[in-house]
Amino acid sequence: MTAFLLRRLSQTVITLLVMSVLVFVGIYMVGNPIDILISASATPAERQQIITAMGLDLPVWQQYWIFLKNALAGDLGNSFVYNQPAIRLILSRMPATLELAFSAFVIALLIGIPLGLYAGLKPRAVGSRGVMVFSILGFSLPTFWIGLMMILVFSVYLGWLPASGRGQTVNVLGVPLSILTLDGLSHLVLPALNLALFKISLVIRLTRAGVIECMQMDYVRFARAKGVPEARIVLLHVLKNTLIPLITVIGLELGSLIAFAVVTETIFAWPGMGKLIIDAIGVLDRPLILAYLLMTVVMFTIINLIVDICYSLADPRVRLGEDSRS
Amino acid sequence: MTDNNVHADAAILEAAGEELPAKPTRPMLLVIGRVLRDPVGLLGVLIVTVMVLAAIFAPWIGWQNPYDLSQLDFMDGRLAPGSQSMSGVTYWLGTDDQGRDLFSAILYGLRTSLMVGVLSAAIALVIGTAAGLTAAYAGGRVDTLIMRVVDIQLSFPPILIALILLAVLGQGVDKIIVALVVTQWAYYARTIRGSALVERRRAYVDAARCLALPPRKVVFSHILPNCLPPLIVVATMRVAYAISLEATLSFLGIGLPVTKPSLGLLIANGFNYMMSGDYWISLFPGLALLLLIVGINLVGDTLRDVLNPRMQR
Repeated sequence: MTAFLLRRLSQTVITLLVMSVLVFVGIYMVGNPIDILISASATPAERQQIITAMGLDLPVWQQYWIFLKNALAGDLGNSFVYNQPAIRLILSRMPATLELAFSAFVIALLIGIPLGLYAGLKPRAVGSRGVMVFSILGFSLPTFWIGLMMILVFSVYLGWLPASGRGQTVNVLGVPLSILTLDGLSHLVLPALNLALFKISLVIRLTRAGVIECMQMDYVRFARAKGVPEARIVLLHVLKNTLIPLITVIGLELGSLIAFAVVTETIFAWPGMGKLIIDAIGVLDRPLILAYLLMTVVMFTIINLIVDICYSLADPRVRLGEDSRS
Repeated sequence: MTDNNVHADAAILEAAGEELPAKPTRPMLLVIGRVLRDPVGLLGVLIVTVMVLAAIFAPWIGWQNPYDLSQLDFMDGRLAPGSQSMSGVTYWLGTDDQGRDLFSAILYGLRTSLMVGVLSAAIALVIGTAAGLTAAYAGGRVDTLIMRVVDIQLSFPPILIALILLAVLGQGVDKIIVALVVTQWAYYARTIRGSALVERRRAYVDAARCLALPPRKVVFSHILPNCLPPLIVVATMRVAYAISLEATLSFLGIGLPVTKPSLGLLIANGFNYMMSGDYWISLFPGLALLLLIVGINLVGDTLRDVLNPRMQR
């Protein structure tokens, strides 16, 4: 276990380093942030002064070195545009994104698993076919377009739900949350559903495939022969074995929800990190882009690690640290 | 003596030439036949065919070139579907804010979307196949290295990688193709490595090796053709995904430049006017996109069932 964690950690550090170099050099070669930052009316002397103050006159490797040294001290630089520490900006937007992603995650599980279970237990029923058609649509519909259509129907025509913002928030331990107020909840429903849609389809398919496979197993036949009630077979024997592979996949999907939140946040004007990064890309706010990427990589690594640990807890046959690939 | 040799070579070439194309074509026709016999598959093929034809013949079907500003009339901006223009033409799907006929714009948008999707999937296919085959055939350290890179890359969602790349590269058709290729090659590599590892242990590969055939020939003419079925399925699904991803990125404003409206850009454009009830600018390009992706996915689904012997009940 310790060896596994150590190897994982070193792998993360290498990924972070490679990623930061690539992005740093890449962004360095694209455009010049000075053109955006300094007004055209600035005198050459003023220009030069700002360039020197920001360290933009140094060669790229030297800039990277300074960045790296500061990053190790927890300072990812100040945003060019907001002139605030990039890391603080991102952290201040993070609760909104996490709230959205987790809500979508829970929705996907609450809707996806029962539907998948049903479709798996009665594969030939009309209802199951309906569920599968829904899942194919959910896979095919571009998330962003569905988001627009949801706004069109529920906000513009029906006027039931608001289309933008977070609404009223409540501070819990200093973190603002929308889900606890009625107004906030009504703002959360559409974006969370929109983000969840793709994952619902995925969970349906995975659960269905797992259930169909499990139902043919000998232990199910044995349990039936023993006279175990069908409900107990399904809930205890089948569902439990189905959920094991599901954990890995949906665990990783949590990360992709956070990344995909970029799209949903743009549509619903949800003030999360995704919105921040899209705006930052638009104005070439280098420190902010870099900080976002590094934070996301760290976040992903942590999620992946938790998923792996959960997996080994759920399935005693899996031993961490052994290379199962061959 | 040389004469003799030439004849012998020709005979070998002929034999090989006869054997090679004849072998893959028959199963291919069989597969196509089975897909067409399945109602869902037939529907998918029909949708895709119509969309591809519409995209190819866009300049002849659409009566307006949406990129040619001189053909646009600002007076016709944001007209509802079915309204008449100043010059008496009917805009069946309405117009966007610049007075573009949406029907023509969708046809041209389909062109861009299909081109970007197919091209990026094809390039990713070639790179991924090369990497996967190398990993499977070489084994050992090369395999570990390639698959580590694949694993790490696959642990990040494609949209994030594309976002990073486009932040670095900037906008443009070529840039978005690069981004899509980078996000997708790993899927092909993983798929082909998996099936190549299985095939490598088969007797016919041993036989080919015993004939002292060069590794290149063993890999490309013996292992590769047998790995094609899963690859075809993955490729179909990936094209759909690439099209969807391109539309998403363009919608976010970091994909294709505004001068070449793809479906994603048309939808993004309509978003600005949706709150005032002008639904058509976003609705119709979205429906076209949806139809295209559903069509490709239906074909892919049927292909998977047809090509996978375990699914045949």
